Amino acid sequence: MGRLFAIEIIYRGIFQKTMAGRLSRAIVLAAHHEGKVGISFGRYGDSPERNGIPAKGFAIVATDEQTLQEGMAKYEPKEVDVTICVDDTLCKGVESWAWYGLQPVNRLLKPGGTLIVTSREGPEAIIAMAHRKDTPYQLSILKGTVSFSGLWVYKDDHTDVRILGAVAKILPELFSLKSVQRAIVDEWHDELKATSAAKAYDRTTSITVTPDQGNPEVPYKFDLPKWHEMGEGIAIPSIPAGHKMDDPKSHAEGGFQPDRNPTFLKFSTRTMRPVVNFDTCIKCTLCWLQCPDSCFDVTPEGLYDANMKACCGCGVCEAVCPVKECVTMVNETEFKGNDSQWEDWRKDKDGYKVWLEEKIKHPPERSHGFRYRGQYEEQIPEMLEIAQEK
Amino acid sequence: MAVATVIEEQKDKLDKTALITGSEAIAVACQLADVDVITAYPIRPYDTVMQYVCKLVANGEMDCEYIVAEGEHSQFEIVKHASACGARVFCGSSGVGWMYAMEALTVTPALRIPMIAMVGNRALDDPGAFGVEHNDALAVRDLGWQLVWVDNAQEALDTALIAYRVAEDRRIFLPLAISCDGAFLTHSQALVKIPSQEKVNEFLPQYNRGDLLLHPDNPITVAPQGNEDWVMEIRRQNYAAMERSPGVIREAYADFERIFGRSYGNPFFEEYMTDDADIVLMGMGTLSISVKVAIREMRKQGKRVGFVRMRWFRPFAAEELSKSLQRFAAVGVIDRDYSFGSPYAGGVLAGEVRHALYPGPGKKPPVVGFICGLGGREVTVPDVQKMAEAVYNAADGKKQPLTQWIGLRE
Repeated sequence: MGRLFAIEIIYRGIFQKTMAGRLSRAIVLAAHHEGKVGISFGRYGDSPERNGIPAKGFAIVATDEQTLQEGMAKYEPKEVDVTICVDDTLCKGVESWAWYGLQPVNRLLKPGGTLIVTSREGPEAIIAMAHRKDTPYQLSILKGTVSFSGLWVYKDDHTDVRILGAVAKILPELFSLKSVQRAIVDEWHDELKATSAAKAYDRTTSITVTPDQGNPEVPYKFDLPKWHEMGEGIAIPSIPAGHKMDDPKSHAEGGFQPDRNPTFLKFSTRTMRPVVNFDTCIKCTLCWLQCPDSCFDVTPEGLYDANMKACCGCGVCEAVCPVKECVTMVNETEFKGNDSQWEDWRKDKDGYKVWLEEKIKHPPERSHGFRYRGQYEEQIPEMLEIAQEK
Repeated sequence: MAVATVIEEQKDKLDKTALITGSEAIAVACQLADVDVITAYPIRPYDTVMQYVCKLVANGEMDCEYIVAEGEHSQFEIVKHASACGARVFCGSSGVGWMYAMEALTVTPALRIPMIAMVGNRALDDPGAFGVEHNDALAVRDLGWQLVWVDNAQEALDTALIAYRVAEDRRIFLPLAISCDGAFLTHSQALVKIPSQEKVNEFLPQYNRGDLLLHPDNPITVAPQGNEDWVMEIRRQNYAAMERSPGVIREAYADFERIFGRSYGNPFFEEYMTDDADIVLMGMGTLSISVKVAIREMRKQGKRVGFVRMRWFRPFAAEELSKSLQRFAAVGVIDRDYSFGSPYAGGVLAGEVRHALYPGPGKKPPVVGFICGLGGREVTVPDVQKMAEAVYNAADGKKQPLTQWIGLRE
């Protein structure tokens, strides 16, 4: 048996599916320049054609065909040498459409394997988001603005080739910088991309994350029923309509909270979340009406509280809100928990105001979408500055 | 009966005898079963049923929602949904019409819908042809449909009542198609005993969808998307329902005999002159008539030939059949269908019979397959005699093709 390499790419549906495909493909091609064989694939059960839904791609490489078969005789690898996470907010966990429950971002890493994350954040923020792991692993942050594009367009900001350069540094047995540069030029006919790979190679460093570091929470999970325990006729109980809400301060009941799917929580679908200023809300109902996921709970006093179990982070609420900075989308990396903002506000209005202003004081970074022509060009200087950080 | 010509009142004043076609017999069964929703779209020979039903409705003799759809796909989808909402339903089609409904036909068993359909068996296009072949109904044989073939109008009526009883049993909840040979059964009138409403009511309980009822008072979601974590378990549930079907069929036939005083013996297949038979022929549907006549003639010449007519094709009574067939020196299977490229190039039934015999205990008689009567071609008495000769050859161990085309110009 020869040597088997498995690389996992965790990405967001639509926004990053082209990048994930390019990465796994280039990994196999680069390894092939060194006489290795490999297969590049996306996990079929995921829904990579859904905005923001966490999904996975894999590159399996081996020193010979038989060893490759050993690696492919599984639906997906049970352990990987490197996990590439191309959106740092996915470090909070991965819940795709392929399974139920939340999977830690570092779940498949072999002991001593490396998690590569593209992020503007430092290691403390990444480690705080990722769940704890029994064995130590390496963390390598590729400094950069997280690269999001769309179904029809690709944001050619060199994130892909920079990651490939980092992989050459982290796993030199898989392929050398020279091989990956050759694959990059063969594939995309651009010497500048090969230069970007080399720069990332030079800058790549990693730190060890120990079992006592990280988010101590046990990720939520669901047990699948046996065939005779399931209802027949592909019929499932409907989710009940909902119920009144309880005011945590006055204990007055009122408003309306829709009941929600107990087995599919949307925490990891989101890259941004709305922050609501309840003091300036005029109760116009627009956010509540327009939210495509019915994520707003109606509070007893008629305010609208975005429930994090249901929010996908699409930003429609912010777009339709007529009041300045009453609903503001803020990057998901800025938050730890998923608690109700309205409850926090009811408990301590002054404290909430301080918290809210802190969250929205800087122009909030958008994970996806452009609001006007030329916005990308405006972003480039800042993106370059971040990418050159050590 | 306005549609049927009543010619005789029985001793039991509530039972009647009428001269009606096989299609009309099915329509009368729908009336007796008090079907709630019927959908229609014309295609020969099934359209005779929809015409008889709409006459019953128009004459005020039957109360149901009668919906003419814009095509077979919608026709089967409408009753599927109505059944999910608790309605007793009926529909049907023929040939390519049945095939046009294929998507609806595939989802119906998965959703555990006890839809009753009549297939007026018809050759699939091309060429456009009206005559009988069994490939239309057989196209759903692997999907969870229960399939039964009848060979006369009385059996059509009785089997339709039994069909509702079996399909709507909570242990089953699977759709059921009654196959009636085009022309020979759908378009010829025969004397049929029509049971009283009281007896039918005793035999056939109300359809109770129970916990699967799609109704605002029972909020459920039907047919959500399921990934690889779910599909296998869902298929296993249908497998279990089909496994329970033979037992429920036996119960229904036993109750039918008790209430109506008519017996079909073994529900799954009819045996004709098999007690002392050396060899047997097998087949489904109306070809039974010329086979039986030919057997009586051959017996005059001392040839002890018997006949096994399969009624239920799904579920297939494999163990019982293989046990029965061991008694004979050879078996000839007449297929009014084709399965191009199948093992030994045989028809569908021949393949199933060989399959049934293979794991069975004891002797495995040789099986010869015959492709015969395609596109509505007559299966003649000389054809049957020719087939019996081939089966005798097989019994004698003579070398010959395992599949033979009979009644072909060559």
